[in-house]
This record gives sequence, structure tokens and C-alpha cells, in this order.
Amino acid sequence: MNQFDTIILGAGPAGLTAGIYLSRAKRKVVVIDKGIPGGQMVLTHEVANYPGFENISGYMLSMNMKKQAELFGAKVISNASIKEVQLEGKTKTVTLTNGEVYSAPSFIVATGGRSRQLGVTGESDFTGRGISYCATCDGDFFTGKEIIVVGGGNTALEEAVALTTYAKKVTVVHQFAQWQAFNSAIQEMEENPAIDAIMESRIVEFRGNEKLQEVVIEHIPSGSTYVKPIDGVFVFIGYVPNTEYFKGILDLNQWGEIVVNDGLQTSIKGVYAAGDSIVKRYRQITTAVSDGTIAALNVAEFLNSIE
Amino acid sequence: MTLYTNLNHVETASQLEKILQENENVMVCCGRMGPMCVPVYGIMEDLEKSGKYDHVKFYDMLFDSPEAGVIRNLPECRGFMGLPFTVYYKNGKVAKATSSIQNLDQITDILDDKFAK
Repeated sequence: MNQFDTIILGAGPAGLTAGIYLSRAKRKVVVIDKGIPGGQMVLTHEVANYPGFENISGYMLSMNMKKQAELFGAKVISNASIKEVQLEGKTKTVTLTNGEVYSAPSFIVATGGRSRQLGVTGESDFTGRGISYCATCDGDFFTGKEIIVVGGGNTALEEAVALTTYAKKVTVVHQFAQWQAFNSAIQEMEENPAIDAIMESRIVEFRGNEKLQEVVIEHIPSGSTYVKPIDGVFVFIGYVPNTEYFKGILDLNQWGEIVVNDGLQTSIKGVYAAGDSIVKRYRQITTAVSDGTIAALNVAEFLNSIE
Repeated sequence: MTLYTNLNHVETASQLEKILQENENVMVCCGRMGPMCVPVYGIMEDLEKSGKYDHVKFYDMLFDSPEAGVIRNLPECRGFMGLPFTVYYKNGKVAKATSSIQNLDQITDILDDKFAK
């Protein structure tokens, strides 16, 4: 058994910040993540709105935060294969599939979120073969081709404009009659002659052989469907919190986000939550860092109160 | 130019050929320092460090290098339109190739299947 003062689940900006604060306060901390440190931050090509850095890659910012946490003494375990998490009672534990068990009287859930997928037939088959979730990564594979962008928020419209650098035609498919983006993003998209839009519609199937060749689109109000030949599809339809494991254990809202109080304490004593997995309006690296700070300071207070 | 990871880098096609001649099990991730590639490099680094896959050699290769044509032009990568291109070689032959980001479970499933001890 590896005994710690705090277990932090998730090594994104919230989890690593909490790790920095608690380890700097001489608390024994372990930060455990199923992937590499950084969370969604590592999936960001360039971060231009993190104070103190005019421009930095998400990868470098992640590595800097990890290094800082480790320098203060935090143990960071990446790519962990987690078997079980136990939050009830005075001792919280995380058991890995390799048999290692980590225990602590306090716990911070900082599991973040992930890109939402459409969840329709053919999506997994053609991911990387015509379906992408990253315009900056895969845009150049679609030079001179016709593509679809799915979504109607700021990210979808901004990426649709960015993808016209490569694609000869971009069609935005959106499920509602109105956009969910800022006026500036809508205007820039509408003024781009290489972009058109299909409203109140959704993709219900991806088809192809070695790579994506066509999609089936449903007009939602009428239920009618038709086939559209296409070279590629980029999906930008928001995020889902990584909280499935905590359903029935912690209080979650209807979107699966963890319900916390002002001190970021969850429905279980000694268990706090921070970052994109909690109920909140703005999901930025800076707000995750803020959450990690608040959760860590409250955990420190909690630990003092039980000693 | 190479990738700034802690993996060993393949820089030329002839270097890859030599690696494949000398090693039974080889995994090569061919990408950039981008959002879909970095998590795969990270998983490979941790797997290499863990010692659990000592029978596998882990490498990366810069996608934009002209030498990376040795991977980009593989028949097994035809139709790939997402970085990184990850190729698993068994006795010098392609045993499996994947396109775009993969998670730990997906990668270890392939390693355990194709490179079983």
C-alpha cells in the first residue's frame, strides 16, 4: 500500500496545479492519469491566452506543469491502468491493474473532459481515414478536397474557416436552426465563399471502403435522409466530462458534471473536484488552474482539521 | 530535424531497414509534435520505461521528413488521413498499422496480439 496525504485523479492543468500547491505545502501527493500529463491541454497546438506565455504549445505547458509538480515532490503516474477507485470512508484508494494500491484521506477528482463524438455507424471505422477531430493536425490531408465540418459553436465555425486554407469546399452541418457561436465567428464563416451550411441536419452514417467516401445526412424536422459524397469530416460538437466512473458515487448533474460547493467539495467528505469535470460555465486552462488551486487549499485545510 | 520526445528517432529509411533486420518486434510512430501525436509518443515512452515490453523496440519518425516516405507510402497506410501513422513490424513485415490518436488500451491490445511473448 502506498500511503499519501492526497490522491489526485487526473493530470491536466487542474490536477497538476493541485499537485503543485499541495506538494509545496509539504503534503505527500500522487497524481494519477490514464493518459499522458496535460489532459486536453496537450491536445492544443498553441496556447496564446495563458498569462506569462505569449505563445506556447499545449505539450510544453503540460510538461512544464508536470516538472514543477515533481520538483515540489509530487509523484506523477501517467498512462495508469486503473482497476478501481474507492471514495467512501476515511481512506480513499486507487487500485491499478498491476496490483499497486494508493491510499489517502483526501482525494481530488480532476478527470477533465474529452471531445464529444457523434456516435453513429462508421465513425470508429473511418477515424483517421477521413474523419478527424483536429483541423491543425489533419487539415493538409484534405488539400483540394471537399469536406464537412459538424457543429455550430465557435470552435466549429472557426475551424471551418481555417480548413478553407486546404479544402476547396467546406460544408458546415449543424443540428439547429441557429448558430451557437459569437457574431464575429458567424460573420467570418458566412463571408467565406468556400463555405456553405446545412442547418437542422445531422450525419447518421459514414460510408466508404479504405477511406471515407460518403455520409448519410438526415434533415431533422422532416426525418428525410440523403447521401452526400465527401472526402472528409471534421467533428467539433463540444465535450463530455470524464465522470462515467463516478455515476452513483458522486452527485452529478444531468450532463454528468460533478456537483461541488464553493470550496469545490463533492458530495463525499474529503473528496474535492476541479477542472472541466465539474459544473461550471467557462472551461479554460486558466479556470482549471484556478479550480486546482482552490481545491488544493481546501484539501490542505481539510487535512489539518482531521489531524 | 527530429521530434523532441524521449524515444529513439528513426531519421532515414536505411536506418529503419537496419532496425527491422536486427529486431523482431518494432513499433514506429510517424508524426509531428501535434495534439494527436504527442499522446501516442507519451504512451510509447511509458511502455518502454515500464520494462513490460522489453521484447519490443519503440521509435518515432518525423512525418514531414522526405525519408518518412518509407512509412507514408506503405500499402498498409493507404487511405490514412490522420496523424500519426503508427506501424508495428514483426520480423521486418508490417503486422499492423493505425491512423490517428490511439489510447493505452488500443496500443497494448495490438502489442499483446501481434508481439505476444
